[in-house]
Amino acid sequence: MSTPARVLAQDRPAALRVLGAIALVGVAATVWLGLFVTPPDQFMGNLVRLLYIHPPMAWVAFLAYGIATLASLLYLWPRTRAEHFDRLAGASAEVGVVFTGLTLVSGSIWGRPTWGAWWVWDPLLTTTALLFVLYLGYLALRRVPGEFHVRARRSAIAALIAFIDVPIVYFSVEWWRSLHQAPTVLNPTTHKTYVHGSMFWTLMLGFVSFTLVYAWLMVHRYRLARLQDLEETEGLEVAIEERRAEGEAG
Amino acid sequence: MLRDAVLVAGKDLRIEIRSRVGLNQIGPFAIAVLLLFGLALGPDRRVLASASAGLFWVAVLLSTLLAVQRSYAIESADAARDGLRLSGLDPAGIFLGKASAVAAQLLVLEAGLTVGVALLYGAHLSGALVLIAACVAGTLGLAAVGTLYGVVASGLRTRETLLPLLFLPVVAPVLLAATKAWDAGLAGRQGHAAGWLDVLVVFAVLYIAIGTVAFGPLLEDG
Repeated sequence: MSTPARVLAQDRPAALRVLGAIALVGVAATVWLGLFVTPPDQFMGNLVRLLYIHPPMAWVAFLAYGIATLASLLYLWPRTRAEHFDRLAGASAEVGVVFTGLTLVSGSIWGRPTWGAWWVWDPLLTTTALLFVLYLGYLALRRVPGEFHVRARRSAIAALIAFIDVPIVYFSVEWWRSLHQAPTVLNPTTHKTYVHGSMFWTLMLGFVSFTLVYAWLMVHRYRLARLQDLEETEGLEVAIEERRAEGEAG
Repeated sequence: MLRDAVLVAGKDLRIEIRSRVGLNQIGPFAIAVLLLFGLALGPDRRVLASASAGLFWVAVLLSTLLAVQRSYAIESADAARDGLRLSGLDPAGIFLGKASAVAAQLLVLEAGLTVGVALLYGAHLSGALVLIAACVAGTLGLAAVGTLYGVVASGLRTRETLLPLLFLPVVAPVLLAATKAWDAGLAGRQGHAAGWLDVLVVFAVLYIAIGTVAFGPLLEDG
């Protein structure tokens, strides 16, 4: 059993701070480029500026769910079962839910002037919204107290039940839409055609910096989960003492 | 495994027939839901008739929650759950037994609800074969997911609130596919229902398969 001091030392707080700083600078640069440097789009005007953050947010959300599912599978597989996979799944799902929420909000703000509606029943939108509630349920289940491995196993199974649902939801909604009148609004994928030069690099920077934000949040969330588990097993006292020692050291 | 499933399903159904909770509570609940939908959507029969497939399946979804909660409530008293674990029955058999007992009750309920939507909403029950096929396939999927999440939630203090949150988003494709199949059936366009019935069958098969594998560890942990 490792002590809190070892947990904190392994994480290299200095390296973590550097990662956080790079992520922050990246996001700030994306905002600056997106708002002031890049030109307005020929068709969408200033609305295009939302597209420097919206796809990166969606990418991080899907990446986070992918990692949560993979970690759940690795936890369930007897040969690779380890506590850190459960914490990884929990941390990733939590960050994923936050980014799903941001994706839905930013997409909705973009959709209102573009499509004329805050919401359309597009397969991608509907699947994203259902993912949001599916993983809110998963997080709620994770919060139910219990013995570590019992909680971890039921959470991992619940994560897989939820994940298997995603393609079924996507394809059935896609089919449902295709049987109805096709949306007469601008196809959300066509914006890629107009991405050029500074706009392209701003979007790429957006992807990179949001992925760094994800990594930074993940390490922090994972660390917190580990400390929470230690607090349960070794008691609050030890954790506080070691944290204090780390603060004095650096 | 199948013998165990029959035993467990027989036990659950016998308890339900004797206690009549399903008849006295879940059935009237579903009728109340139908009446409330009628009030919410107004007295225009055309609106109600065109929405009847969706309303029917929402009523079924809500009733499934009650049926699943009931299915695990009977295991919570007198350490019945420990008895089940110690009985030596195959966990996959227990899963299939409990799921089929829930499915059987839901099918009876759906028969009643079908009469309800015909009387209250003026739905034309043409294409009976499609309607029945959608009920059977959809109900198997609902019962499988419900039984699986039921065992996850049972034994937890927050089970009443947790189960709907876990269950409802996952069965969204069942609601969609079953509603479209029923729409096609009620409109007399049975040919349009085939693809949706496939979705229901795939969903049911997938979650029954997951249930038979995952139920054992979940029952053990609870």
